This record gives sequence, C-alpha cells and structure tokens, in this order.
Amino acid sequence: MREGAAPPDAAFALIAKQRGAQRIMALSPAALKLGLAAGMMLADARAQEPDLAALEHRPEADRALLLRLVEACERYTPMVAPQGDDAMVLDLTGCFDSLAMDETGVLDDLARRLSRLGFHPLAACAGTPDAALALARFGKRSLRELPVAALGLGEDVHLALKRAGLRTIGQLADRPRAPLAARFGKAMSVALAHLLEEQDRRITPHRTLPPIWVEQRFAEPMATVKPLLGVIAWLAGQARDLLVARGRGGRRYEVSLFRTDGHVARLAVDSGLPLRDPADVVRLFRERIESLADPLDPGFGYDLLRLSVPLHEDVSEGQERLDEDKSGRPDLVPLLDRLQVRFGAECLHRFTPRDEHLPEYADRLVPAASRPESWPQPETGEPPLRPLFLFDPPQPVTVLAEVPDGPPRRFGWQGRQHRVVRQEGPERIAYPWWKTVEASGPTRDYYRIEDEDGCRFWLFRHGLYGSEKADPRWYLHGVFA
Amino acid sequence: MFDSSRFKRAASLVQTSPEGWPDAPLQQDGVHEFYAAQGQDGSAALAPPLALALLCAVQARQPGEPLLWLRLAKGKQARQRPYAPGLAELGIDPAAIVLMRLPDLQSLLRAGVDCVRHGGAATVILEVDGRAPAFDLTASRRLALAAEQSRTMVLIVRSGADPAPSAAHSRWQVASAPSVPLPADAPGGPVFDVTLLRQRGGREGLNLQLEWDRERGVFRAPLSRGRPALPAVRTGDAGRRSAA
Repeated sequence: MREGAAPPDAAFALIAKQRGAQRIMALSPAALKLGLAAGMMLADARAQEPDLAALEHRPEADRALLLRLVEACERYTPMVAPQGDDAMVLDLTGCFDSLAMDETGVLDDLARRLSRLGFHPLAACAGTPDAALALARFGKRSLRELPVAALGLGEDVHLALKRAGLRTIGQLADRPRAPLAARFGKAMSVALAHLLEEQDRRITPHRTLPPIWVEQRFAEPMATVKPLLGVIAWLAGQARDLLVARGRGGRRYEVSLFRTDGHVARLAVDSGLPLRDPADVVRLFRERIESLADPLDPGFGYDLLRLSVPLHEDVSEGQERLDEDKSGRPDLVPLLDRLQVRFGAECLHRFTPRDEHLPEYADRLVPAASRPESWPQPETGEPPLRPLFLFDPPQPVTVLAEVPDGPPRRFGWQGRQHRVVRQEGPERIAYPWWKTVEASGPTRDYYRIEDEDGCRFWLFRHGLYGSEKADPRWYLHGVFA
Repeated sequence: MFDSSRFKRAASLVQTSPEGWPDAPLQQDGVHEFYAAQGQDGSAALAPPLALALLCAVQARQPGEPLLWLRLAKGKQARQRPYAPGLAELGIDPAAIVLMRLPDLQSLLRAGVDCVRHGGAATVILEVDGRAPAFDLTASRRLALAAEQSRTMVLIVRSGADPAPSAAHSRWQVASAPSVPLPADAPGGPVFDVTLLRQRGGREGLNLQLEWDRERGVFRAPLSRGRPALPAVRTGDAGRRSAA
C-alpha cells in the first residue's frame, strides 16, 4: 500500500468492475477498521462511508511489485519464489553461514528492510514452505495452534472438519491419518505432512539458479560506482578459480547490484569465446557500464554485489600449433565482444547462404558469433549475375519497352530517365509453387541492364504479360558494381 | 615523399605501372577514400566505389584475414542492403566479412576507430553517406594514426558528398564505366572509371578505366582481354586515350 493519492493512514479502497458493478477488491488498514470488507459493492461501502476514496485495482502492478521484492530478497538466498498474490518463500538452507545471521536475525533484517519501504510484513521460519506460510498468515507461534483453514484444502473441507469438532492442526495431528485420508482424499494427508514438517515441498525459484556465482557484501554501502570495476575484478578472480576447477570458461557474466533500498540492478555481458581472465571480464563490463543509456544510480549505496556465470562452456586448453596463425594479427573475437556489448548484439552480422529460390531470400544475416559457412563458387566465364546491393523492398520504376513482353528500352527511376544500351534476359524466376500449394505469386522476369553512363541495374517485370497480368509492373531490384 | 620501407604489402590496382602511376597506390597501413562520382543531377551511385573498395580490400588481405564493413542501420544507405550472392559473384568471399550496422554516424566513427586500433582485421571499410560534418579532419586523422599503428587498411566510401580535406593517404573518385559487351550485346563484367584526386606525395589527376577480372583476381584495362594492362592515361590527354 505504497502508491496512490491517499496518505497511508487514510481510508481508501481498491476497486474493480465486476459484472457491471464496482466491487471492492482490497481495503486500506484504516478502511478495514471502519468495518468495511473486501468484496462489498463500492456503492454499499459509500453508503456507510461517504468519503471513502476509491482507486483502481491493478493486479498486474501488484504482481510486478511482488516480483521486485522477490528479486530484492535474492540478497539472502537465490532460492526465492513468489507465492500467490501476496507472499513469497525463501529457501534459506545453507545460507546462514555466508549471511552471518541466524533465523531470527534474517527475519528481523527482512522485516526492517520491508517496513522501511512501507510494508507491514508477516514473516515466519519453519521446516517446510507450507508451515512457514501458515505460521506467517495466521500469526500463530506453533504449528499445533494453527486453525484447520491453514491446510488450504477448500471451504467445504474446512467446514466438514469443524463440524467434526476438529478446529486446530494439533487436534488433527493426534488422530490416525488413514481414516482422514479415506474421508478427505490423499490431498489431506499430503497437506498435513507438508504442514507438520514431515515432508518437504520443493519451491521453484523465480530466477533459475546460476551454476556459478560469487558475491561480496559490504559493511558500509558503496555509494559511488567508481570502485565497482575493482570489485567486479575481484569477484571475477574468484569466479575464475571456480571455472578452472571445472575446466570451464564463462560465455555470459551477470552482475547483480543490490541497493540498500531493495532495488536490484543487473548488468550482463556476453562473449564469443569462453572467458576466465578477470581483465577480459572487467573490460567487457567497463564497456557495458559506459554504454548504459541511463547511468547506474547508486542511491543510498550498494551493499551486495553478486557475479554469476549463467552460461559456461568447456575450454579446450590445447597446445598452439606451429603452422597456424600465419597472419600474426590479433584475434577478432574480443573486439567483436566489446562492440557487441556497446552497440547491442543486433549490430554485428555475418552472411550465411540459404538454399532458397527467390533471390531476396538467398542470403541471411546471422549473429557475428556464429560459424562462417562456405559459399558456392560463381560460374567461371560469366559476368556477375547477381547485384552487389539489393533494394528492400524493390523500387517501382516506369519502363518503356518495344513490346509488352520484351526487354526494356528506357526506364525512369527517382525522376531520372535511363536509356538502356545493353541488356541480357530474361532470367525467369517463378514463385516457388512447389513449397506450398496455396501460396502463389506472379513470375518475375529479370533483366541485367546497362545504361548509357555505364551504370548496371537489375530490373524485373512482375508477372507474365497476357497470361498472368494484363499490365505487369516493373521493379528495380538491385544495382551492380 | 614516400617512405617505401613502410609499405609492408601493397594492393596493386593495376598489374603494370604505367607512366606516372604510383608504385603502390594503396598503402597497407593507410586511409583511402573512395568518393562516388556525382552525376549532373546530384545523384551518386554507391555501388561502384564500394565494390572497388571491397575488391581492393580482398586483394590486400591474406587468406583467412577477416574484413570489417561498417555501415549505418538507418538512412538512405540502408535502403539498399549488401547482397551476399552478389559479393560472391564479384569474387569476394562473404564468409570473410563481418558486417556492422550502427545506429548513427558518431557510433560508426567510434566503432571504426576501435576496429582499426585493434588490428584484428586486414581492412576496415566505413560507409559514410552525405556531407557528414562529424567526419572531420580530426576524425580522419585519428583513423590514420590508428591505421599506421595496427597496419590496418582503412577504406572510406563516401557518397553524396564533395571531396573535403582529410588525413587520407589517397582519395579516389569512382564511377561506373560502360562494360565490355559480351555476345548478344549483354552487359559484361564490372568496369570502373577511376580518378586519383589526391595522393600524399604523389601525382594527382590520373584517370583510368579498370575492369575487374574475377578469375585471375586482378584489375585490367577494359578491352585488353587478358593482355598486360596499359591503362593509365592522364586526364586531358585525348590522343593516348583513343589508343588504349
């Protein structure tokens, strides 16, 4: 309840339109004290409280806020998962040593950080996610005191249990399980086992766990970005040791910067070859930080930096061959990595051949990191039959031809007339009807053309005169050198 | 004057040097500009200077060395896209080329300097369209210094601009020329009309017609049909031009 026009202690409601009526979805603490309840019509609530402020309920914004909190809680453990609309589960197994805190320490720290952001967190620690969630939700100190509603099995099951005189989980736990399972199904025994810490349930973390990660906590928050690269270098040195031990090298490095106020900034760099050397990693991160459109805002300071290697590959530590590297030029891959980090991966390309019939699909741009493929050799003794540049889309031109299905004599393009001196054609390229039965298009007749200035063009007539079109149009598809 | 010891490798534009033609027209560690010749109506064909630059780069490179080609992702240039089968038809291996498409001229120049300084590519080709005030004397000097340091050839292809002062080692103006017709009056292989506008410490104003011979990987004078090239004619020397 941070956002909105109303101050935190004012009564307000979040409403949504349901079946033509404005219904209250959630209420502020002050409004709850007035005796209002979620699910009421706004009109009914306003009858009680004429001054009740109403704001639009936006579940997607709530969800985004929850996910931001989930990311912020990754400072404790990478195993954090959102639970429902308003809760999250942290798996703290094995984390207390590196955190240098015990259970109550983590709970206190979490409560302090969340209340600083304006939340009223309910937190509990238990052996299983379900037990912890139930303890936090119902505000009880022990599992046996929990009401049967903590099972979360649906209203009718809870009602049936209450009618049978079973009001708490403790009463339920004392009874034999077999009759309960026979009456309420297997879900009952599973839920009870989860709740009583007899059987663990796995949680799926919001972000997948990186296989290799190292982190650095600061006693005092780092208020400027200046020492950032130094810390990254130090972390990269630690990551290198882990990578060396596995015989791997990182293809992708990611730095998470945890701000004291819960904001998490993430920077990632990719490399074309597996990297280990901290100097290389830092060089890429320097490039990345310099290329940020809006620079890093340390705010009140970063108190935790985590470097993870989400993607890594085997490094072949082969011996250098004597007969290789004749040119003596440095390897291009680090340069391409750097340029890719600065200008984006979509800037760098390589050409790849494609076995397609239509000329505009015969080549394709692929990321520069991909392996170059060999191209077919041109036919000897022929002049270039394909242009150096292709227009995308083809440019419409006006053509004067002697006969409608003959070669062009003159053509006009961009307000200029070109007289055709030499021409060759047509090279007939049909629409690939053999690929899909229903798709069809006009046949193209391509002409190689040279005008009186020596400029060479690639023109085509779109459609066969007479049989396909009465008045086929002409297009300029490319220019030759 | 030239310091010939600095020429590690030279791309020879022509096989035999005619009178007045520089020994090594394209110095390996230099910056060279290829201007698109402007027609009377101001139109400039980008393909001829670019093809000539690519072919020079291919001649200068050794097998296995990559070639970097930087162009803008937006603007007039981007409407025509490089067509890899066309490159292959010219005898240029498209697999050797890394194409960079950059958002603006500033990034293009910055990336260009980085590429040249790195020295991993044999040749870096920069396509600069229009007047491009950002590409000034300082920018070209920076490229020239980097080229000298890393022994990288820098080829700048300019279209839609008048030749402007720069730190380039040589400056050429390139246009298409009528090709040698094939049987049935079909257009032949690419022929370029090349004018040497400026050469540091060398002659200027040479004019030359060059035909690219893909099979042998050399330039030759058109109509010579494989005979040793006798191409160079100084501008204004009409008598010898007709003899060629």
